[in-house]
Amino acid sequence: MRSVSVDLNHDASLLIDIPDALCERDKVKFTVHTKTTLSSFQKPDFSVPRQHEDFIWLHDTLVETEDYAGLIIPPVPPKPDFESPREKMHKLGEGEATMTKEEYTKMKQELEAEYLAVFKKTVQVHEVFLQRLSSHPILSKDRNFQIFLEYDQDLTVRRKNAKEMFGGFFKNMVKSADEVLISGIKEVDDFFEQEKTFLLDYYSKIKDSTAKAEKMTRSHKNIADDYIHISATLNTLSADDSTANKKHCGGYYMSSFVFLQKVEGRVASDQELKLTELLRYYMRDIQAAKDLLYRRARALVDYENSNKALDKARLKSRDIPQAEEHQKQCLQKFDKLSESGKKELTSFKGRRVVAFRKNLIEMAELEIKHAKLLRTWLAMV
Amino acid sequence: MTALGKPPDSPPQLSLCQSAVRQCVCVCVSVSYPPSSQSTMADTARDPPPELSDFQELQDGEDLFPEPSAPLESGPASLPAEDISTNSNGPKQDSLFDDDPEDLFAEATEEVSLDSPERDVLLSDGPSPAITPITPPCSLITPHIDMFTHCSFDEIEEEEGGDSFDMHISVSDPEKVGDGMNAYMAYKVSTKTSMSLFRSQDFSVKRRFSDFLGLHSKLASKYLHIGYIVPPAPEKSIVGMTKVKVGKEDQSSNEFVEKRRSALERYLMRTVKHPTLLKDPDVLQFLESSELPRAVSTQALSSAGILRMVNKAAEAVNKMTIKMNESDAWFEEKQQHFDNLDLQLRKLHASVESLVCHRRELSVNTALFAKSAAMLGNSEDHTALSRALSQLAEVEEKIDQLHQDQANADFYCFSELLGDYVRLITAVKGVFDHRMKTWQKWQDGQILLQKKREAEAKLQFNNKPEKLQQAKDEMRELEGKVQQGERDFELISKTIRKEVSRFEKERVKDFKTIIIKYLESLVQTQQKLIKYWDAFLPEAKAIS
Repeated sequence: MRSVSVDLNHDASLLIDIPDALCERDKVKFTVHTKTTLSSFQKPDFSVPRQHEDFIWLHDTLVETEDYAGLIIPPVPPKPDFESPREKMHKLGEGEATMTKEEYTKMKQELEAEYLAVFKKTVQVHEVFLQRLSSHPILSKDRNFQIFLEYDQDLTVRRKNAKEMFGGFFKNMVKSADEVLISGIKEVDDFFEQEKTFLLDYYSKIKDSTAKAEKMTRSHKNIADDYIHISATLNTLSADDSTANKKHCGGYYMSSFVFLQKVEGRVASDQELKLTELLRYYMRDIQAAKDLLYRRARALVDYENSNKALDKARLKSRDIPQAEEHQKQCLQKFDKLSESGKKELTSFKGRRVVAFRKNLIEMAELEIKHAKLLRTWLAMV
Repeated sequence: MTALGKPPDSPPQLSLCQSAVRQCVCVCVSVSYPPSSQSTMADTARDPPPELSDFQELQDGEDLFPEPSAPLESGPASLPAEDISTNSNGPKQDSLFDDDPEDLFAEATEEVSLDSPERDVLLSDGPSPAITPITPPCSLITPHIDMFTHCSFDEIEEEEGGDSFDMHISVSDPEKVGDGMNAYMAYKVSTKTSMSLFRSQDFSVKRRFSDFLGLHSKLASKYLHIGYIVPPAPEKSIVGMTKVKVGKEDQSSNEFVEKRRSALERYLMRTVKHPTLLKDPDVLQFLESSELPRAVSTQALSSAGILRMVNKAAEAVNKMTIKMNESDAWFEEKQQHFDNLDLQLRKLHASVESLVCHRRELSVNTALFAKSAAMLGNSEDHTALSRALSQLAEVEEKIDQLHQDQANADFYCFSELLGDYVRLITAVKGVFDHRMKTWQKWQDGQILLQKKREAEAKLQFNNKPEKLQQAKDEMRELEGKVQQGERDFELISKTIRKEVSRFEKERVKDFKTIIIKYLESLVQTQQKLIKYWDAFLPEAKAIS
């Protein structure tokens, strides 16, 4: 998962990781550990407990900070979702009577592994979020970020109250207007024109690819589960045969299926991590980039409006200085966003290409490794 | 579902009604399986721990396995991959296959045949195993029944008329004959053999599905009730056949024809592998003669078909009322064994059907992903990444085809064969039931005889000479019948022992072959996967 976004956590002045997490019912408690040489922090090495909602708070405050309008804010980590393994565990419990004890145990083990995998993934995605912040020249200095890392009390008090939550809801409602706004803008800058076209198109494509990759992974998992049932039944069969024919025959083919299931399961999880997670992460990241474009488009609209207001003021010969000042500010803001946005989007592309490269290579290598392993094993049988 | 047209045309097995229903239910269950697993997003598995523990985990499992873990400890590059090429896989596997079965089966057969007669003598309180040299109904059946008590692997082979079994039947070239609802598929049945039983060494005939059913029907009526395990014929399918008749030239009707063709071929091979059935004139006629009288009574909706269904139901009721005093532990044990086998095989079959289903799903999903990846590649503005994504799409497309092929292998090599065995076990259980019926008939005869004896005694007491003579005549006749009944029972018991031993030997061998062939198909798939990903890797590395 760390490979999804590379070049993180190398700057020794601020090192963050999540070494530990607790799962209580549905709530996950992350232990956020910081090691720093910066004097802005009170201690050089400390840890705090944080919940998922704290991460959301941090993300949202960053998004709402005017100064960061020209930056790509790292996407907020998704909520820990144990729904799927829990549902499967429930179904397994219902179907317990139809399977042998061994089968049931195996399926349970698989589900526990799945549960653990979801857990590990959510830890890492939260970790990557923090590490993106700590490695960003501007965001790493954010005051709220520091509070998040350092404040040793419960952050709940500082978090969104009902009003701000409504604000968040409103923000999401407006998001759908984004695309219209972005595409409707008369773009003078070639770079942004290209980026806009590219990002809008790419987003829909990558969203589709993510969904399709998820389906592939699920099918692999289903096949691995089938192998569990098959190997269990073969086991019973060969035990019966041994009793009936008074000779042990064919236990090895049961073990082939156990091996098959392990490998198939491994293939599924590798594919999940290298491909599906990659696509998923960059889908969210592209959304963050689109948000940047939106903010810039908004600023452009504001600038154009300020121009119109200035013209009107000049016509009416009233409030000209204010109008001029307002226009100047709008322009400044727009220019700042454009300059910073250009930098961000360029480094974003670089980051994306590097991450894709790394993951595609690793996925191919893992596929080859698994296939070779399976082939060797099966050929020996 | 297919409850529509599935009164299976195999011989009137007592328990077939129930098992046919069970089979329908089994398939139903597996069909509805996929939707329930359609849960939301990330059904994530464990994330891969770093390379080292990957192997560790596998090695822990491998402690159970008799394979050396040494070659697997080294990284993939140093695996003896170069040695294990496609070519060397073959012979290597053959040698493995050859070594084991000889030992396995010789011993197994010996044990079964040596044990049972001993047990007979020690344990059975019932009728002594009087072996009278009776010529069974079909004179072609070898009369050397007493040979069985010391039967070994070699001797069974010799019984097959002196020829070693060398015969290959193929069913091919399905051809639609006629039009509309009277249309049917004609198959070419080709036989290649060096056995002296046949007029020539290489010949073929045209047969239609009902011909096969007719053959089976004849064999069943001749052999089932005396204890021979007659392989059941492939099942009818009104739905499937109608589509073909109506002329739908689509994927599903092609698949149906292929499925049927394959099933017919397996059916014939299984039938001729049976040493007794092979010599049956009906079988010979089926294989050799160019014209065959039409087997009309096999039609599902004919009066004969309906009569069959009624009989089956009646027999099912009867079976429940027979309480046999099993004096022979061997039969009890075997019955239990086959009951278990039935259960396990059905379960296995359902799991494999589920596997086929999921594999087909995987193929569909992979194809969808491939298209999506191609679109993504088109959209990507970084040239090298764009090319890599397009390549990824191509790889996934090839893999989709691979999954399809694998799904077919899953189906034809594994699932269908399991289905055959589920039906075979039903036939075996039917044979046991026939033995019970034979016993019942004998017992009924004995009871009747006893009654007659009592009546005769009474008559003697009452001194009625004419009636007495009549009673004495009747009794003599009955005694003859009872003796015949006992002989029949002994005969069917002996036949079943032989049949079961042969069946089990074949089954274990067959299973091993099935699984090895299936695993081979998986090896082929892995080979191709390696090739495709190997080709992709440089493309991924070329991204800069």
